[in-house]
Amino acid sequence: MTHRSVATLGIPAMVIAFGSLSLLMSQAPQTARKAAAEPQRKAATPPAATSAAPAAKPNSFRTPWGDPDLQGVWNDATSTPLQRPTGVASKDILSDAEAEEFQDQLATNLSRNRRDGGSEVDVNRAYNEHWMDARRLKVTADHRTSVIVDPPDGRIPPLVPISAERQKEHDERAAALARFNAGMPNTYLDFDLPIRCVVRTDMPPYMPIIYNNDFQIVQSPGYVIIAPEMIHSARIIPVDGRPHIGKDLHEWLGDSRGHWEGNTLVLETTNFRPDTNIFQEADPATFRLTERLTRVDARTINYEYTVEDPHTWIRPWTVRIPWTRIDPAEQMYEYACYEDNYDVSHFLGGAREREKRGEVAQPIPRLPSVQ
Amino acid sequence: MPNRSLAVLSACATIGIAVAAVMLMPAEAQQAATPQQPAAGQLGRSAGQHALDIGQFPPYKPARLPDGHPDLNGYWQSMVSADWDLQDHEAQPGPKPEINGVYGAGPAGQSIVEGGEIPYRPEALAKKKKNFETRAMVDVSNDKTWHALGDPEMKCYMPGVPRANYLPYPFRIVQSSGASSPYMLISYEFASATRIIRMNSKDEAPIPAWMGWSRGRWEGDTLIVDVSGFREETWFDRAGDYHSDQLHVVERYTPVSPFHLMYEATIEDPKVFTRPWKIRFPLYRHMEQDFQLLEFKCEPFTEEMLYGRFVKRPAS
Repeated sequence: MTHRSVATLGIPAMVIAFGSLSLLMSQAPQTARKAAAEPQRKAATPPAATSAAPAAKPNSFRTPWGDPDLQGVWNDATSTPLQRPTGVASKDILSDAEAEEFQDQLATNLSRNRRDGGSEVDVNRAYNEHWMDARRLKVTADHRTSVIVDPPDGRIPPLVPISAERQKEHDERAAALARFNAGMPNTYLDFDLPIRCVVRTDMPPYMPIIYNNDFQIVQSPGYVIIAPEMIHSARIIPVDGRPHIGKDLHEWLGDSRGHWEGNTLVLETTNFRPDTNIFQEADPATFRLTERLTRVDARTINYEYTVEDPHTWIRPWTVRIPWTRIDPAEQMYEYACYEDNYDVSHFLGGAREREKRGEVAQPIPRLPSVQ
Repeated sequence: MPNRSLAVLSACATIGIAVAAVMLMPAEAQQAATPQQPAAGQLGRSAGQHALDIGQFPPYKPARLPDGHPDLNGYWQSMVSADWDLQDHEAQPGPKPEINGVYGAGPAGQSIVEGGEIPYRPEALAKKKKNFETRAMVDVSNDKTWHALGDPEMKCYMPGVPRANYLPYPFRIVQSSGASSPYMLISYEFASATRIIRMNSKDEAPIPAWMGWSRGRWEGDTLIVDVSGFREETWFDRAGDYHSDQLHVVERYTPVSPFHLMYEATIEDPKVFTRPWKIRFPLYRHMEQDFQLLEFKCEPFTEEMLYGRFVKRPAS
């Protein structure tokens, strides 16, 4: 909801975040468990409570030209974690009291008034609290313990062994991130894409983050346009059956085509850039993304995505996040990012200055984990 | 100039219509008509075709959406070279011809400004001149003077309005119909810039923005977009034409054929100009099979230029 370049995601927010309850996209895939431990449940069955949301009636919410109507400004913020916390593998839904307690605990953990972690942690907490989207502190209305709905244990499936070449890329990215976190980046290429203002949360699939969780949807005959606030890109999705762009064309945000299945908009996205960390370090060559948007009621869209990559996970997995319509008075702002991205010259200039003084990189202190 | 070739289908279509009209006229009428159009007549062409030649569109009733407004949805692009200079300009080399040759050179073009000249206040002209001289320079070592040098286009910054509409890149107008979306969008290929147009809104800009604050309304078959709330840092062209934070732009989009929108913008800025002034040019519909916007995320093209001085270099 901020209008100009706060490349804030990068700095303390990305480093400290929510501890292990974080929904940050950087959540490490290596936390996945062994395949043998997976409960034997039907893969596609969603947790029972998620069906409690009222089903969309056929033919309600239609555009004048007859397509399901998804238009509006929507927000996907939630504190429900991507993965179900370890230790509660069998618990997919929180009771009202548990949800309340979870939210209270989160608010306490993030509060700038704790004053128990040293001055740097205090400053980081205060900084994050300033930017925090208040919706980000609430669990989803259905009180799920993870936004992953499949596999049934709410965890990212186990990883498959990756090629030496990809391992090298991952290691290089990790080394660049370590230089950045230590305050000693060599080059702008050591920063990740959000900090460089190339893409932010506009790269599908969409995941909630500390702020700016708004999406505007506008439709016209044959098209659905999803415009995430951050960074001001509009995803123009033909729903007229045309083919994808040629295989030699690659895009940061991929190339999306949609079709309607009843009330649901189904999106297939391909042509991701081969040199990009597209999602959880999946292999862009084999990554498959399917998103499904269903208008549930006047104030809710169910956003669901399934990711699949035989080069990364042993099986596909699925996330569901409700999008809530926001008050029309609470509008979309222009998120100019690159235009005033002072951080890049500050980080790099600072690092060069520290080198001159012979300083040695020190890791930035992290917040204690919630769990 | 345009980054992808425009199908100049309109020309073929309209020539076809003009030829058909001539063929339908009795031979005597053709003979009678031609002497009254000496310039066109000597070439054996109709008055209608001559009108097309000088940029006059025949009357047109646009296709409409269910709510009755003309349907402006489509991929559009200008064919003017105004991004180099809004006013008359001769062909020019790019910034470093000794390296790039003709790459980066600018084509000649006629002014799209009504009356030819931009009415600068005398004291404001000096800044335009300085902008031009420093258009290819940058210095981001001081936040306070971050934007002091260089054309924002060169730095991949959002282009502002109306410049976005005559950059040599396509854009899509997204127009809904009905009460559920009181918004239009314009999505530009350049730097993924996007504008939300609030239809029939009276709300004022909450904060300044690079692409401004756009409020739309229909006047007959013309979409009128009132744009204010600008950041002052955008420019109008590579010639250094600029504005202040007082910029106010009123745009008019009028469909004049299935393949063209006539675009007009009235530009007002009392700090920089002595009076409002107007630009006018057609937008052309992209008609290539399955055309779409492709990404022009130009940030990575400019990082070395902007930040290279802060990069760690191997000791030599």
